[in-house]
Amino acid sequence: MPVITYREAVVRALDEEMARDPDVIFFGEDVGKAGGVFKVTPGLFEKYGPVRVRDTPISENAIIGAGIGAAVTGLRPVVELMFADFAAVTLDQIINQAAKMRYMSGGQIRVPLTIRAAQGGGAGFGSQHSQCCEAWFMHAPGLKVVVPSNPADVLGLLKTAIRDDNPVVFLEHKFQYAEKGEVPDGEHLIPFGNATVVRKGDHVTLVAVQKMVSVAAKAAEVLEAEGISCEIIDPRTLVPLDMETILASVRKTGRLITVEEAVQAGGWGADVATRVTDEAIWSLEGPVIRVTLGQSIIPFSGPLESHVIPSPERVVAAVRRALDV
Amino acid sequence: MRSKMLRNMMAIRAAEGRIQELFLENVIRGTTHLCDGQEAVSVGMAAVIDAARGDTVTCTYRGHGHALALGMSLNSLFAEMMGKEAGCSKGKGGSMHLTDMANGLIGTFAIVGAGLPVTNGAALTAQIKGTGAISISIFGDGTPNIGAWHEAVNLAAVWKLPAIFLCENNLYGEYSPYETTAPVPHVADRACAYGIPGVIVDGQDAEAVYAVVEEAAERARAGLGPTLIEAKTYRYRGHSRTDAAPYRKPGELDEWLAKDPITILSDRMIADHQITPEGLDGLWDETHRAVQAATEFAMEQPYPPLEAAYEDIWV
Repeated sequence: MPVITYREAVVRALDEEMARDPDVIFFGEDVGKAGGVFKVTPGLFEKYGPVRVRDTPISENAIIGAGIGAAVTGLRPVVELMFADFAAVTLDQIINQAAKMRYMSGGQIRVPLTIRAAQGGGAGFGSQHSQCCEAWFMHAPGLKVVVPSNPADVLGLLKTAIRDDNPVVFLEHKFQYAEKGEVPDGEHLIPFGNATVVRKGDHVTLVAVQKMVSVAAKAAEVLEAEGISCEIIDPRTLVPLDMETILASVRKTGRLITVEEAVQAGGWGADVATRVTDEAIWSLEGPVIRVTLGQSIIPFSGPLESHVIPSPERVVAAVRRALDV
Repeated sequence: MRSKMLRNMMAIRAAEGRIQELFLENVIRGTTHLCDGQEAVSVGMAAVIDAARGDTVTCTYRGHGHALALGMSLNSLFAEMMGKEAGCSKGKGGSMHLTDMANGLIGTFAIVGAGLPVTNGAALTAQIKGTGAISISIFGDGTPNIGAWHEAVNLAAVWKLPAIFLCENNLYGEYSPYETTAPVPHVADRACAYGIPGVIVDGQDAEAVYAVVEEAAERARAGLGPTLIEAKTYRYRGHSRTDAAPYRKPGELDEWLAKDPITILSDRMIADHQITPEGLDGLWDETHRAVQAATEFAMEQPYPPLEAAYEDIWV
């Protein structure tokens, strides 16, 4: 299988879908001629031209709104918000319009729109360019929320997102763009709501997405040397969420820890935790623990940023507490 | 065209009056924003729209008139107002959220300024697919003060989208007089900032509205981009159900009642022997009967089944 980067997986998915379906268009700030500020989308403008690949003004409301209107009337747009934090500028278009239009119209409207944005911290981008924002979108029924952790999942999930008839928020972790991974040859589609067991284990279930999958994996390696076996689950999509895979794992291990690079209050781990206690409490043999950013904002200073973002050490400590060892 | 515009204006007037009564009787819940006095904008705009070609409209929560003018049935509107399953949006939208895709109405947006960016997208589809369709966004005089308005007009101008931005300047943004919230005398004055035409039209004259919207549509279809149109009009009632409009200047309502859009068109038609005064009376009777029939239809309809609350969220 070929090895490509997370970044290359994005442009491959876009390229394949634009080649397959002339209704797929792509626009955002500097995504065309410049190939994107993260250099994620080079070559598309040259290949598909200025009608289908467009640079926009710095106008997030106009970008999302144009995506919605084009989607409602028969195109299948992919739009880029650059940094996920910028979604706050256009939450009305995303939450009040894209997410609710189908419902408010009694099912008359479809919004096959894919909103791409880069999220996540770790490189000193400061408080307004580093947040993991998935919870904003999970609170808006009507949206789907995708959080890929590796190149193969980027490829398979982005292609599925573009073909989906719902508005999909596709969140890329900006500090994973250079990470490499194997991707299958040929057409690769991953259905939404299909978690993957990244690592099999018996003593504790770790649920993590995006960059936290590798953080959990590093913790698992440390613990394995001590005879503690961790199972790691990557949900890959938070809406829809594959609770069956998580519940099956917890029923086996008896312990649940979520690893989230996001604010504690209202995070996806809280929903996972309560659903596990609701449906599998008698399988639990220890406390459910959430390793998160806490109630902080991503700081600029390097030591502070490293302090708030979950590390393998914090995950190891949480596992020890869950197992009471 | 005159006859259709007249009938639709009368239907809108009669429907709004009946809707207000039904609110006061608690048959309709929530709130409502009525458009009596502004009917000429609705019918002048709608005369340009061809849904079969792909033309689309977004407008504001003061949208009953636009919906009816575009072709929504009275039954569908009244059932929606009452939250019934037979409503245009299965009762889940209500007064502020009317959609009628078959007639080109994407939605009556209840967030100020939210419709313009979406109209751009519909115009983008038309531009890319070469359908010759246009998209019109209708908004109030308070809307140019919100950021989404600026972003959308700017993008449409840069991309030369086949869009029309149609302002209903009814002199008040909610309760605030236009001149207290805007630094220029006319909404149309803002067009120069985007290098697009800004046109002022008598919003009480349905035929005049039609003429300027049609000209803007021809310009849009020719690839010349959007036009900003400002229709000077007036709402006879307050902003919403609970607003008695105490902020009006003395005599202002009477001045505008003397420029009533239905009277302007019907007088013209009488002068041109297209209708008689008796014929007009007959038309009013017919219109009120139709509105009453729609009221009774809607009242007899069932509410949606409870499981509908969890349907139509995802495809």
